[in-house]
Amino acid sequence: MSDVVIDAQGLSKRYDGAVAVDNVSFTVARGEIFGLLGPNGAGKTTTILMLLGLTEISAGAARVLGHDPVREPLAVKRRVGYLPDSVGFYDYMSARDNLRYTARLIGFSEAEREARIADALARVDLAEVAGNKVDTFSRGMRQRLGLAEILMKNVAIAILDEPTSGLDPQATLELLDMIRGLKRDGVSVLLSSHLLDRVQSVCDRVALFQEGHIALMGTVAELGRQVLGGGFAVEVEAQGEGLAERLAQVPGVHTVETPGSERFRLLADRDVRPDAAAAVVAAGGRLRRLSVEDPSLEAIYTRYFHDHGARNAA
Amino acid sequence: MQREGSPWRGVGTVFLKELSDHLTGARMFVLEWLVVLTAIAAVYGSIQQIKDATAEDPFLFLRLFTQAREPLPSFASLLSFLVPLVAIGLGFDLVNSEHSRRTLSRILSQPIYRDALLFGKFLGGLATITINLVALWLLVIGLGLLMLGLAPSGEEIARALLMLVVTIFYAGVWLALAMLLSTVFRSPATAALAALGLWLFLTILWPLLSPALADAVGARDIASAEDLLGVLSVRQGFARVSPSALFGEIVSVVLDPSVRSTQQPMLAALGLALIERGAIPGAPLPFLQSVLIVWGQIVGLVATTILLFVADYVVFQRQEVRA
Repeated sequence: MSDVVIDAQGLSKRYDGAVAVDNVSFTVARGEIFGLLGPNGAGKTTTILMLLGLTEISAGAARVLGHDPVREPLAVKRRVGYLPDSVGFYDYMSARDNLRYTARLIGFSEAEREARIADALARVDLAEVAGNKVDTFSRGMRQRLGLAEILMKNVAIAILDEPTSGLDPQATLELLDMIRGLKRDGVSVLLSSHLLDRVQSVCDRVALFQEGHIALMGTVAELGRQVLGGGFAVEVEAQGEGLAERLAQVPGVHTVETPGSERFRLLADRDVRPDAAAAVVAAGGRLRRLSVEDPSLEAIYTRYFHDHGARNAA
Repeated sequence: MQREGSPWRGVGTVFLKELSDHLTGARMFVLEWLVVLTAIAAVYGSIQQIKDATAEDPFLFLRLFTQAREPLPSFASLLSFLVPLVAIGLGFDLVNSEHSRRTLSRILSQPIYRDALLFGKFLGGLATITINLVALWLLVIGLGLLMLGLAPSGEEIARALLMLVVTIFYAGVWLALAMLLSTVFRSPATAALAALGLWLFLTILWPLLSPALADAVGARDIASAEDLLGVLSVRQGFARVSPSALFGEIVSVVLDPSVRSTQQPMLAALGLALIERGAIPGAPLPFLQSVLIVWGQIVGLVATTILLFVADYVVFQRQEVRA
């Protein structure tokens, strides 16, 4: 058994003339958190629906856990949990009854059903309100209930569409933590979002979507090197004479920018902090701050779409 | 290539959930009482009428269903009017509410086919209506037993049971129609309006319009009895576009053994007493003969239900999960 759980090759989706997804290829490995990132309408949800067999594939092929979602949708859906964008429940039923209905559709036996539901609700901190109608739930609680459904299903892959949209910072952190919990259980996670900084912290690899195709793919660090160039950006705040020249001579540094007085930004191909510190001290300067910027997805994204003249790059 | 797995997987689960939703919902409660109260009033009226008349009718018990007393219509025509309303009330948001609640993609990502959702919903609605109609039917029979103080014969029960079954099929037509509209229109309000509009058109406007249309199409001078029957046939053909007309024909024949043709009421309406009630000598028709007369109409109701459901099925299968 290979370690690739999702394998998409040249997936395309056309709606009478309009192209929603254009020749998208990617793979997700076992136990990996893979992020599909991009603005709304870039084709993320359509890609997800194709993987689940919920919409037809116009061209290309997909294998999910070795099954073809078009021909064997039940085999795929049995092992894949899906949390749709702004998930809905039957408001007039309790949280537990909502899960019971799903569990019956999955086909669990009665004893197994109750145990799994209780366990899943406890894991998302909803055990105490399990008997309440979903009507009374906040958005964050609904998202957690959606996650409980996936936990209950005991899946190999969890597909989460915009899981953090509309949540307050605290709820977002809790949810991201639960997503990490899925990974610890050995579940592969495919997650889509337009909120880059939020998901950056959980994703092992990301694919940046733009107008239906994947513009960039890789780990966040790889993308940083690819897009932001220089690789490392070291910020130096120091007082002294002729520091810019001295810093420029540090091996590995190719550009020195001066965004403000006594502030320098070094673009280098490695982490040059020790050498930069030595250079400042050797020049008789007073070093106040020295830091290296982690490449941020936001920066990568903005830069990439700026460079490529995209219109909706936000 | 065939898809794996059974399309029936999950039908039972969806069916039970829909049934319990309907039976516990406030909407069903309102519709139920509306029907029960008007029906009891109609039956009570007909019982008074029957008592006054004291005709020597071997099928007196069946008159419970067909006898009207001003200002109320008979129980049968009340059903023909109210059953569509109940079916539309249950069906107009079956599919689009799953969209608006955003539950559709979550449910369809479970290991079931879309077929199961649609079958389960339709059967759940039909079962709800069936339960109510059976209860209503028993109530009417019970009232008849108590207040008329006479027991129905076996044939009367057979005829009344057939009417019950036909009423369920008739409800199926309107349920399938409402469900089709709930799939086509994303807004439940639009679907409800469209369904109610069609209902009013088919049950009230069409019976007024169709004779004029029929005469416009098949206009000719009436010189003989054959010509007259020809004109009546064309009119009948037009009227049958409405399921209510089919239902009315079936009920008039099944519940009255003396009726030998579905055109009889039309002739009577034209003032032709030639073959009016009791004018033809001979015994009332046997049960199976009555059924044979309206067999085409019964099949028509069932076929309409199936056709509407198939249309709904096709639309639903092609629909995108995402709005």
